[in-house]
Amino acid sequence: MGTRTLELEVMRYDPEKDKVPWFQTYSVPCNEDWVILDAINYVKDNLDTTLAYRWSCHMMVCGSCGMMINGEPSLTCKTFVRDLPDKVRVEPLENFPIERDLVVVLDDVMQKLHKVQPYIIRKDDPPPHDKEYIQSRGALAKFKQLTMCINCMCCYSACPQYGLNKDFIGPAALALAHRYNRDSRDQGKSDRLDILADHDGVWDCSFVGACSEVCPKHVDPAAAIQQMKVDGAMEFWKQKMGMPGDKS
Amino acid sequence: MSRQPYIRQMSKTTWYMRNQRYKVYVLRELTSFLVAFYTFLTIFALATLASDSPDRWNAFLASQQGMGMIIFHALALLYFLFFQTFPWFKLAPKAMPVQIGEKKLADSYIIIGHYVVWVVVSAFVLWLAGAF
Repeated sequence: MGTRTLELEVMRYDPEKDKVPWFQTYSVPCNEDWVILDAINYVKDNLDTTLAYRWSCHMMVCGSCGMMINGEPSLTCKTFVRDLPDKVRVEPLENFPIERDLVVVLDDVMQKLHKVQPYIIRKDDPPPHDKEYIQSRGALAKFKQLTMCINCMCCYSACPQYGLNKDFIGPAALALAHRYNRDSRDQGKSDRLDILADHDGVWDCSFVGACSEVCPKHVDPAAAIQQMKVDGAMEFWKQKMGMPGDKS
Repeated sequence: MSRQPYIRQMSKTTWYMRNQRYKVYVLRELTSFLVAFYTFLTIFALATLASDSPDRWNAFLASQQGMGMIIFHALALLYFLFFQTFPWFKLAPKAMPVQIGEKKLADSYIIIGHYVVWVVVSAFVLWLAGAF
């Protein structure tokens, strides 16, 4: 198996020593079938044990290893060395505060995910415990793509609206809200409406579309947000015309 | 150990220089200037018509037929096509997906549908204007 030496420029930041982040370059002998996460693990195991970063599954499931690779937010476990030049720059995800080295602070998006009430809300009585809510395959197909999100937050990192306005609820949380709004078992659309239709909700999105382009799981948050804008506009006109809507 | 997260501020004036994707987006948004221009031009044309003065209307028509204006309108048309019509029609299936049974209708049907409606509406407007 062929090897080549990768010049890995890694952003470093130690809150106890550094005023600003800086770059450290490591020479990493890589196999061609390695992903960037393998190269970072090589640094940690063989060259510099002080490097801090998050990872867990190495198979695009856990969503922990999202970083900027040559300026593009991506999962490091998905980005192959063979697709990159000999010099690769790795930085923590943009638009998030840096906790240390490649680790970012995700508290803000965690709160936003919670805010959109991402769970099934029922207005009528729940079914007896020995029964279940029936859902057809067609009804499942309406939102299944949105359930693929692994919360890697690459979309927030790609979104200039979130970069400029931290109050914007943002792509993953809005896509998650849409996932429950589209679920035939859910009755909580009206509960979510005030948050989603608020100034910092869907209308703050100007459809740059970067979130969907970088999403490693093809969730397409940009599409979800545009569909919510259509839903919101329909709801507005229904109320204007005195028709029963979700808010009634 | 103390926490002292480092915050990278996104520049409010130069953020779109960060990557190619943002630059294309800003180019698309800048065409809103042309949208405003054509809106005012239409309002002005309607006001001229409503003034019931053939001289003023003919003067308006003449003002639009100079070589400079024709070049401007031609460039604006190309700009609209490449930065508004084509991208927005391509994005239309995202905002209005159609599901039949368990299957999502292919995006191409929705995109082609938009072009068909566009041609029909354009032909109707041209017919109203007496082009054929």
